[in-house]
Formats: sequence, structure tokens, C-alpha cells
Amino acid sequence: MQIFLPIAEVSVNLFLLLGAGTLVGILSGMFGVGGGFLITPLLFFMGISPAVAVATGANQIVASSFSGLLAHLRRKTVDLQMGTVLLIGGLVGAALGVMLFNYLRSLGQVDLLVRLCYVIFLGIIGTLMLIESINAIRKSRTGRTSKRHKHNWVHGLPLKMRFRTSGLYISVIPPILVGLAVGVLAAVMGVGGGFIMVPAMIYLLGMPTKVVIGTSLFQIIFVAAFTTMLHAVTNQTVDMPLAVLLLLGGVVGAQIGTVIGLRMKAEQLRILLALLVMLVGAKLGLELLLQPDELYSIAGVGGA
Amino acid sequence: MMRWLFALLFLALPAKAAEEVVLGLSHDRVSITANFDGSEILIFGAIKRETAIPEGPPLQVIVSLSGPSKPETVRRKDRRFGIWVNTDSVEVDAAPSFYAVATSAPWSEAITEVEDLRHKISIPRAIRSVGAPMTVENAQAFSDAIIRIREDNGLYQLLENTVAVDQQTLFRTSIKMPANLVEGAYQTRIFLTREGRVINKFDTVIDVRKVGLERWLFSLSRSNPMIYGLLSLTIAILAGWGASTAFRMMRNG
Repeated sequence: MQIFLPIAEVSVNLFLLLGAGTLVGILSGMFGVGGGFLITPLLFFMGISPAVAVATGANQIVASSFSGLLAHLRRKTVDLQMGTVLLIGGLVGAALGVMLFNYLRSLGQVDLLVRLCYVIFLGIIGTLMLIESINAIRKSRTGRTSKRHKHNWVHGLPLKMRFRTSGLYISVIPPILVGLAVGVLAAVMGVGGGFIMVPAMIYLLGMPTKVVIGTSLFQIIFVAAFTTMLHAVTNQTVDMPLAVLLLLGGVVGAQIGTVIGLRMKAEQLRILLALLVMLVGAKLGLELLLQPDELYSIAGVGGA
Repeated sequence: MMRWLFALLFLALPAKAAEEVVLGLSHDRVSITANFDGSEILIFGAIKRETAIPEGPPLQVIVSLSGPSKPETVRRKDRRFGIWVNTDSVEVDAAPSFYAVATSAPWSEAITEVEDLRHKISIPRAIRSVGAPMTVENAQAFSDAIIRIREDNGLYQLLENTVAVDQQTLFRTSIKMPANLVEGAYQTRIFLTREGRVINKFDTVIDVRKVGLERWLFSLSRSNPMIYGLLSLTIAILAGWGASTAFRMMRNG
């Protein structure tokens, strides 16, 4: 059954959309990731223009992160103070990101920007994850544990602030910068940015692991909501039915994924996710490198 | 005085053609609904004439259906630093979003080049491109690209020999419209030709509109983007909250 998407102005198979939503939901349940970085490329492959895919992706992230955040709030594993500082950076970043997005759109290069960002980030993240999980498996065999470094350059910066929930006393500059970077990515790539923020919070800011996910979800929701609004107002590219369909699949998939995730070993899961991320990145990268069948394109909906 | 008035009236009246089109359409509006999957329009009619069928080669019928025209930017990719990047672009002044032309005979028999130029019937004639920048070589390639891309998407169709004409009096054809249609007034034109010359022409309009929820969402997103954005967010948050509550209840009970 085909469904006509009013903003994307294309007709897509309903079950394909629900299936994509479910698949990404399963993956996000299994690996505990938002899935935005998989949904947006999947939408490209379905023929939805990057401008609509990115804006709608941001809307979908709000929904999937919200149910996650509720769970973390109940368990009190959200550092609201740190979240707010990250958020300030994030909002500024998102505004800059949308400006950059619209500027490149007017030049006809937004397609390239979005794809390049995906290739670069998916490539880097995938490789890092693969290396780390292979190392982790090796270490668990030899029985050694690595120590987290306690002091680095982050602790020498001014404007220090106490974050009670995280038990930290650090400068607000690094969290603002982290938030800013994530905000730009959220606006340009239609992702939550958890895959950048979580490692940055653990390794750069030295936050305790148990509050990292909840706090990043807190920041992601507001940044994604802000990005959705910016895209809706400036580009009018948020496709509501598309977001709702992805969401329906995603919600069901996430529950299935959580069950699967509990039955597998963490390191194996990480290797699988790393391979998947690299695969999506490679597919997008190949499309940039190989000569396209059609060299010409008509600037369509969203001006891509 | 009276005589002058009569003469004036006579001039104002259109010259009555010997053969005229009487048209019927299977439907004069196409509604884009949520499960819209394209549409097929049956265009049929009769040729009204006061006199006997003229001698010579038979009458031919050309039917064209054209979506709203607007300027289009066409971009060409080129290899830069190893990757394929949009480089040159040309603004084509006007290109219809949809264009189908059906004929009752092979194209060259149905109409002459001159008449095509005058009435702008064939696909390349329906696209208007004047001001290509001098910096771009081979601007024609950009117009050709529009035709090629839209033909591949079923948006431009040249349907030769698909108009059935009976006894030089009744004609009918059907045109398939794909799912990815643009809203607007679709100009429908019927041409009667003899020996490649247009002898009569008839115009009508088919209205293509989004309806229901599609219409409502689309116009809200354009007229009130702020409210549309807030509505999208509200739905997203409700869905997220609903999902988490539903699954908590399932686990607990």
C-alpha cells in the first residue's frame, strides 16, 4: 500500500516505512543508540530529499528520546545542571547549523554537505567502535582493566562550576563546546548526536557512566525540538505523517531490540553495530565516489 | 448605422470552424489523498461538423495534458577532488511539472514542425529556456536533462498512436498520471489536424488538489509554520510518552 507524503511530495510504500522504523527501533533498542544516524540515510535510499529527511529525522528523535528520558528521570540518572549547560551550547549550535544548512541549500550543495558529514562521521565512529570493542574482548581475556584518566587539560580552564549529580567541579567551557558541536550536527545531519556526546562526556568531561545516557537524552530532546522548529519555520520541510510512521515502527522495534540486546554479549553487540555503521557509511561514500548514472538533477522539494 | 453594428458583431464572433471538438472527461479533478497512487484520466469526445467529411488524408487528434509550469534550477555534477559535486547550474525559465501528449498517428504525420512551434505541443517545445548564463557550455543539455529525468519518472510522456479515432468522428485516449504530482490547474488541450495543420483547438482544465488531511497539513506547514512545528513536536512527545507508559503497563501487568 502506497502512502502519499504531503511535504516530501512522494508516494512511499507504507510497509517499507514501518519496516524501516521497526528495523531502526530494534537496532536502537539493542545498542542503546538513538538511531537518527541510521534513519536519515535510509530515507535517502527511499528517495526522500535530504532536506526533508534531515528535518523529519529531527522530529522523530524528539519522540524516541522522550520515552527514554522518562525512564532515566524516574531512575534519577539525569544531571539536569550539566544538561542545561550542554543545552545552551546545543541551541546556539543548532541555530548555526540551520543557517549553514540554508546557506548551502541556496548554493545547491546541501545534499553534498549532508552526505559528506554522514560518510565522515559514520566512518570515524564505526572504526573507533570496532577497534575499541576488539580491544575490550582482548582485555577481558587477559583480565586487565584500563583506568580512566582523572586529570587532563579540561581541569585547567576558568569559569568552574560544581555539578552535584555528576560529582564534578569543572569549567563550563568544555560542556558548552561539546553541546555546540552536537547542535551543529543535529541541524545538519538530523541526528540526536548521542554517538558524539556520550564518548565526549565520558572521556573529555569525566562524567560517571550512569548519568551519561540520561543527561545526553535531556540535551538531545531540546536540541532536536529546536532544530525541528527551525526547519519547519525556515524550510517547511518537516513531514508529519512520515515522522509518525517512522515513530510507530520505532517504538515497537525498540522493545523487541531491548529483549534481543539482553541475550547478547555487550562486546559482540558493539562489533555488530560498528560493522553496520561502517556499512552505511561505505554505501553513502561509494555514491559520492562513483560516477552517478544521471549527472543532472532538478532542484526539487527542499532544493537539494 | 445598423449595418455597421452588424458588421462589428460579425467580426467579434469567432470564425466558425468546419470541424469542432466536443469533449468529455472521465473526471475533471484529481484528488491527492493519503493513499494516492496515481490516476488515470480518460479523455474522449466527438468531432462536430455541419458538412460532410472532407476528402483527403484522415483527421488526426492530438491531446496534451500539462501540469503547472515553473522555473526550475537544473544542476550538473562534476568530479571535484575525487567526489561528484554539483557544479554548473542553469535556470530553465518554465518547465511543466507534468506533460503528456498523445497522438492518433506517428508524430510526424500528426503535425508539422511549424504548427508544433506555433502551438508548443511537443515536449521540448513545452519547455521554455532563454537565459542560460554564458559561462555554461551546452545549455541545451540542461533542458534535455529535465526531459530525460521527468520521462524516467513518468512525468513526461510522448504517447504516439494512443488516441483512437472512429469514423473520423469519435476519439478517446487515456493518460496515466503518476503518484508524484504537483498541485494545480492541469491544462488539457485537444488539437484536430489535417495534413499536419491544426484546424481546431479546444482547451479545458483538470484540477489536481491535495484533499483532506494532506491538504490540511500541507497548507498549515506553509501558512502557519510555527504552529505546524509545534504540532509536530506535540505529536512526537505524546507518542514517546504513550509508548513508554504502554510498555511499562505491559511489563507490570
